[in-house]
Amino acid sequence: MNDAIVEYLYVVAIVFFVISLKWLSEVKTSRYGNWIAASGMAVAIGGTLLAYQIQRVDLLVLAVVVGAVVGAPIALKVPMTAVPQRTAASHAFGSLAVALVGSAEYYQRLPNIDTPTLAVLSAEMILGYLTFMGSCIAFAKLQGLIPGKPFIYGGRNFVSLATLGVAVALAVYLVANPTQSFVLPIMAGFAILFGFLLVMAIGGADMPTVIAILNSYAGMSAAALGFVLNNQVLIVAGALDGSSGFILAMIMSKAMNRSFTNVLFGGVGAVAVASSGGPATTGGRTVQAFTVEDVASILRDARTVVFVPGYGMAVAQAQHVIKEVADILQSKGVDVKYGIHPVAGRMPGHMNVLLAEANVSYDQLWEMDRINPLFAETDVAIVVGANDVTNPAARTRPDSPLFGMPIMNVDKAKTVVFIKRSMNPGFAGVENDLFYLPNTMMVFGDAKKVLADLVAALGKQG
Amino acid sequence: MTLASTDLQINLIVFLLATFLGLELVRHVSRLLHTPLMALTNAISSVSIVAALIVLSEPKDDTVLALVTIAIALVFTNIVSGFGITERILRLFKPRNKAK
Repeated sequence: MNDAIVEYLYVVAIVFFVISLKWLSEVKTSRYGNWIAASGMAVAIGGTLLAYQIQRVDLLVLAVVVGAVVGAPIALKVPMTAVPQRTAASHAFGSLAVALVGSAEYYQRLPNIDTPTLAVLSAEMILGYLTFMGSCIAFAKLQGLIPGKPFIYGGRNFVSLATLGVAVALAVYLVANPTQSFVLPIMAGFAILFGFLLVMAIGGADMPTVIAILNSYAGMSAAALGFVLNNQVLIVAGALDGSSGFILAMIMSKAMNRSFTNVLFGGVGAVAVASSGGPATTGGRTVQAFTVEDVASILRDARTVVFVPGYGMAVAQAQHVIKEVADILQSKGVDVKYGIHPVAGRMPGHMNVLLAEANVSYDQLWEMDRINPLFAETDVAIVVGANDVTNPAARTRPDSPLFGMPIMNVDKAKTVVFIKRSMNPGFAGVENDLFYLPNTMMVFGDAKKVLADLVAALGKQG
Repeated sequence: MTLASTDLQINLIVFLLATFLGLELVRHVSRLLHTPLMALTNAISSVSIVAALIVLSEPKDDTVLALVTIAIALVFTNIVSGFGITERILRLFKPRNKAK
């Protein structure tokens, strides 16, 4: 009887999960979306506990306590700048859990395991284990534990794909010989190695795409586990997670004018440096350095100002002081907006969260497609910690590695204030043509300090 | 407990429809909310805890028991931190009249 009830409770959970994504589409209803998803989770877990007699309650309690003790501080304490790392970590945890349950399911069913089940199970384990290691590397890069630069060597794609090939070959062998259980850990090892090689070769600025792809893989492996267990709530939840990651990865790679395969196998940072070191730089161009006071005097006459933040803003923790500058300008009647490029930051939507944390209202956050037509009527565009996404070469120079990438058209503004630590080129290793435009004011220094000085200078104006 | 072909067929249909639904729903999520979207979908996929619990109802040996216990600890971490951090992020978004 309980079995029938739990099936209906799973239906309730599925409906709740679908509604939660619907409600997440708008800021106003988004928090209800989170709550109904959490309720769906509670229903699914509660129903399972009702229908199945847990044999080792002690171990369950232990696992849940460990999970709560580790999870609660993450939920409450992780700073918003570190949300990309925490997301990578959660992909690692989730996909490892799914891979472990898949492995347990294999040992559980031995020796009576049929071929289709084992085939799906093997695919699920390979996906789970590779996503686990890939996410660990993404975490390490985002946390700065290992250098963010892509780890590139000749023939790396061959080595990576050969590693995956061995894992798949071992899976085929296992499906043909189900009782050869010694194969499973070796297969898992090669899948883990492939995940390692795959993400090591990807640079820091590609992380928004990589995180989204790993998100998609984690969902797919959960859905595959649902197939093995004939459990629809798992299939639906995994499919929702997988399709969400897929869409985000599409948006990210489109915003960089790159294909999936190019992100995964292109190793962009290093390649671009090698190919564009010479021709993109033209001799004889000079950059005009300005002071904070110069900026303050320009802003005195401005009526419309757009801030364009990038990952450098997060690094310098400059979001709060940007808000201070914006508050002063707004108190003088200036119209202030924030223009957000889709790949600004280290994960999709990262800039929005940081600015929202600094108390910027969300109706001032404008996505690229909406803000770009407005730059022509903008008096001052202030670029903080962004670089490649403002480079007009993406529109004008067919020989540039950036050519074709959608950019923020800040060069159309009457004046561009570009706050930059030094003249080092951006991630793509390409010089920014914007620096040499007559309407660009370069201000060198740490973003947070420059903006704090600007607050003081604007204050002096009264 | 075998993967009967009718089950497989039904599950494939469920998977495909859920994928289409997911693509359609996520396409309409505001770009403002892509970070909490990822946090939330990740938390939702933690429903894989259900699979671990089912295995825990009749564990065959200690290997299975160990694997499943570790999996529950990992996935419960994601449940707690996933929904928790999504709530924290969503609370940051304020309209103009409320933000100060």
